[in-house]
Amino acid sequence: MNPLTDELWSPYIVGVGIGILVWLGFLLSNKAIGCSTAYARTFGMLEKAVRGKKVEEKPYYKKFIPEIDWEWMLVLGIVVGAFLSSIISGIFRVEMVPLVWEETIGSSYIIRFVGALIGGILLGFGARMAGGCTSGHGISGTIQLALSSWLAFIFFFIGGILTAFLIYGGF
Amino acid sequence: MGEEFYKDKRKQLLIGFLIGVVFGFLLDRGGATDFNIIVNQLLLKDFTVLKIIFSAIITGMIGVHLITKYLSPELQPKPCMWKPIIIGGLIFGVGFAVLGLCPGTASGAMGTGAVHAVFGVIGMLVGAGMFASVYPYLMEFMEESDLGEVTLPELLGINKWIMITIISIILIGVMYFIERIGL
Repeated sequence: MNPLTDELWSPYIVGVGIGILVWLGFLLSNKAIGCSTAYARTFGMLEKAVRGKKVEEKPYYKKFIPEIDWEWMLVLGIVVGAFLSSIISGIFRVEMVPLVWEETIGSSYIIRFVGALIGGILLGFGARMAGGCTSGHGISGTIQLALSSWLAFIFFFIGGILTAFLIYGGF
Repeated sequence: MGEEFYKDKRKQLLIGFLIGVVFGFLLDRGGATDFNIIVNQLLLKDFTVLKIIFSAIITGMIGVHLITKYLSPELQPKPCMWKPIIIGGLIFGVGFAVLGLCPGTASGAMGTGAVHAVFGVIGMLVGAGMFASVYPYLMEFMEESDLGEVTLPELLGINKWIMITIISIILIGVMYFIERIGL
């Protein structure tokens, strides 16, 4: 057994590792790990490229300046890290339609892509409305014992569980 | 680590990237970049995701509170605007189930070759952009329910180490129960 090529590690080891990364974020950067602001900033950068500087006047982009910041680099790092992991373990493969989706909804690429797009829109909107995502609220925020984050974490899963049973639960 | 170090933009961007690389690696080895594992968690058939999050919370809680007690970084709890958190949280949850990934794990899934996750990422960009556009109209509604940057120990009026102990015991208890029933 070589841990470097094992496809899956114990979830407890992975969790402890992620907890230590949160320590490092505080220690090395005075920052709490999160992902969803990177999406808002990126959209702002694209909007700025199309519509020009006036985009910076939007109140939201005054709070979250459309630029490459620490969190943006973190999200880029996630893409690279997951790529490296899947190449080393050998599970990297082109996936058009995931298995559970195929079994319950069907094997059409188009329907899955449209579904993913709609799911993404809801995630992006919901995360910015709630002020964070599974990382920023669900891990970093709960770790800080923030009331906001525990509340968000609970509602992420209430919404997720109910919807998953409706779509994939076979009703 | 002093103020100077935190203000060194190039070093900080590099650190953010490197933490992200390890984060992405860990998410993938945990199975969290896989649509099937996340959806099966939401269907309560596979508890991998909850085991990852709970062990991260326990480890993180202890370390982060020690760091912020003895070293310069300070806690940065997000403000508790309960109305947008509940509504936004539920919207997020619906998207979480439909995409079967979240903002962090979708970018990871893209790295492992999931083409459908690319559409999820495009959707998240659009959704975040839509929120930025309607934000001026929602600002008042959001802020009227703001309870401030309150933490659980402040709310309950107890010592934070007691809170950390209580939460750790509950989370370990839940994980123990899940293992006992074979999930």
